[in-house]
Amino acid sequence: MSNAASIVAVILVSIASLAVGAFGLRLSRTMSDFYVASRGVSPVLNASAVSGEYLSAASFLGVAGLILARGVDMLWLPVGWTAGYLLLLVFVAAPLRRSGAYTLPDFAQLRLESVVARRASSLLVVAIGLLYLIPQFQGAGLTLRTLTGAPSWVGQFAVALVVCLNVLPGGMRSVTLVQAFHYWLKLLALLTPLFFLLGAIGSRSGNPSAGAVRVADWVEPLGGDNALYFTYSLVLATFFGTMGLPHVVVRFYTNRDGRAARRTTLAVLVLLSGFYLLPVLYGVLGRYVASDLVAAGRADSVVLELPSRVLDGPVAEGLTALLAAGAFAAFLSTSTGLVVSVAGVLSQDLVRWGTGHRQGIRAFRLSTVIAVSVAVILTFASAAVPVAHAVELAFAVAASTFCPMLLLGIWWRGLTAAGAIAGLLVGGGLSMGAVLSTTFGVATTGWVGVVMTQPAAVSVPLAFATMVLASIATRSGAPEHVTQTMVRLHAPEHLDLNRGSFHPERWSRRPVVTGKASPAVDATATRP
Amino acid sequence: MRVTSPRASAARTRTVSIASEIDEQTRLGEVYITSLMRSQLRLALTVLLVLGTTLGLLPLLFSVVPEVGRFSVLGVPLPWILLTVVAFCEIITLGWFYVRQAERNEADFSDLLDGR
Repeated sequence: MSNAASIVAVILVSIASLAVGAFGLRLSRTMSDFYVASRGVSPVLNASAVSGEYLSAASFLGVAGLILARGVDMLWLPVGWTAGYLLLLVFVAAPLRRSGAYTLPDFAQLRLESVVARRASSLLVVAIGLLYLIPQFQGAGLTLRTLTGAPSWVGQFAVALVVCLNVLPGGMRSVTLVQAFHYWLKLLALLTPLFFLLGAIGSRSGNPSAGAVRVADWVEPLGGDNALYFTYSLVLATFFGTMGLPHVVVRFYTNRDGRAARRTTLAVLVLLSGFYLLPVLYGVLGRYVASDLVAAGRADSVVLELPSRVLDGPVAEGLTALLAAGAFAAFLSTSTGLVVSVAGVLSQDLVRWGTGHRQGIRAFRLSTVIAVSVAVILTFASAAVPVAHAVELAFAVAASTFCPMLLLGIWWRGLTAAGAIAGLLVGGGLSMGAVLSTTFGVATTGWVGVVMTQPAAVSVPLAFATMVLASIATRSGAPEHVTQTMVRLHAPEHLDLNRGSFHPERWSRRPVVTGKASPAVDATATRP
Repeated sequence: MRVTSPRASAARTRTVSIASEIDEQTRLGEVYITSLMRSQLRLALTVLLVLGTTLGLLPLLFSVVPEVGRFSVLGVPLPWILLTVVAFCEIITLGWFYVRQAERNEADFSDLLDGR
């Protein structure tokens, strides 16, 4: 397969990402810029950035590959990933923004008033972040290998390096612009070749391999053993997992206020729906002209191989290069978002030796390097779990841990710190156990094996039940300021109300950092 | 209603009092904030219920009535249409409906506090 054009495209995407990041850098000065871009990002720009960050290797390459290989049942992935944003919109978007927290551990600290709950959340953010980073790096290695024949580590190091160069200087502010740019690049990269492909296939007389399409297993839903359980487990994990992903949640703090957070999410629903129709079409086209990829075990690369199957000459090369650029943008934006959120948590809770503004930024940079290095090492160490399945497992862990903590924490006064920690332990333990058994290939049979492959349908309800029951049992240990916290989470910002004194930069030893404080905090200060 | 801010003028008494009832965490203040939470939660659960009884029941429908999975519309199998165009349109419509209603609920709450 050819190559020079694709290599140039990948290098161009990396340089363009760095250039856009450097432009944003000029605006990035304070601590609050580093974590949340000082909350001054408009809904349309923010929605592009949210979508750009969310559409990962699994969306760009994995969905088409899975649809090519397994057909209609895999349509639940794009639908679930979009519906996850709808549930995030209706249950958490505005309250989360109004909480004024930067990260999920900040939210745990605010709502549960417990340092133990904060630490447990920090550990989980790091675990989910790494679990999600590994498939991104793996995907980058595979893509470069498919396109150029270079060994996998080349692609992995290339992504790691560009992510570091993007995050280190400017933190969140420069990242926002880069990710917005990546959404439109990914959309264009899938849309343009599609016109050429449809035109070329449409002008052909008769379909040589239409037989591969009219197969009942592929066209009709619920093929295979335990299909109903797997489908519902996938639906639960994707519908409820999105709100618990650390790199998704951190983006909500960059909205101006709760109302803007809702409008941003609505725009995200439109952007994601438009995007997700494209990989589905690639999967279907692949079934017509490249169904041999399934038997060859290379279904994941169908998006990259389609142009050279249908067209030839410089047109095919150019389109392949464009798709390579889009795929690389997908790895870069998702890994960048994950690294920012993991580094944010590491630097707030673990790697911190001073109290000043400069030390804060230095800790953030050190944490970035640590997070990327650990992810690269784990990528080498982990067995070859298929890209989309590793991502599904990360969703299952998020749906079994942060989802119940957020939903109950925001809508139920009764959630206590002890209850939340118990739920995180049960949900996290079960889902992480499933992840480990899958990663290390522990073979289990019967129902246990089925549950271990797709844990969400069991672990999500259990986590909810544990949080509720343990909270009721420890009712006397309810957080002291829960009423005030509820006012903060639910009352619109323009109302002059006492929302408590929580501030993510002041929760422990840290002094106030200069920069724009959130309106929620300002409102408190103006009360007599 | 308890007047908690003696310095406020008579005309502003009511304005100040609901906000300060909430600030001072009285029973009445809690009733107000709970009413906002309830209306927003009811709205969110409505959206979840609609999603759950349409998209959420599809796998069960495919399992109980397999004929649905074999039905075609204009040459495209029905499940493929339901799980792409129809699903995305439903998700966007529900999102739009939610944002409009949630902003109305908040406007009602603000009006209540402003004494209008």
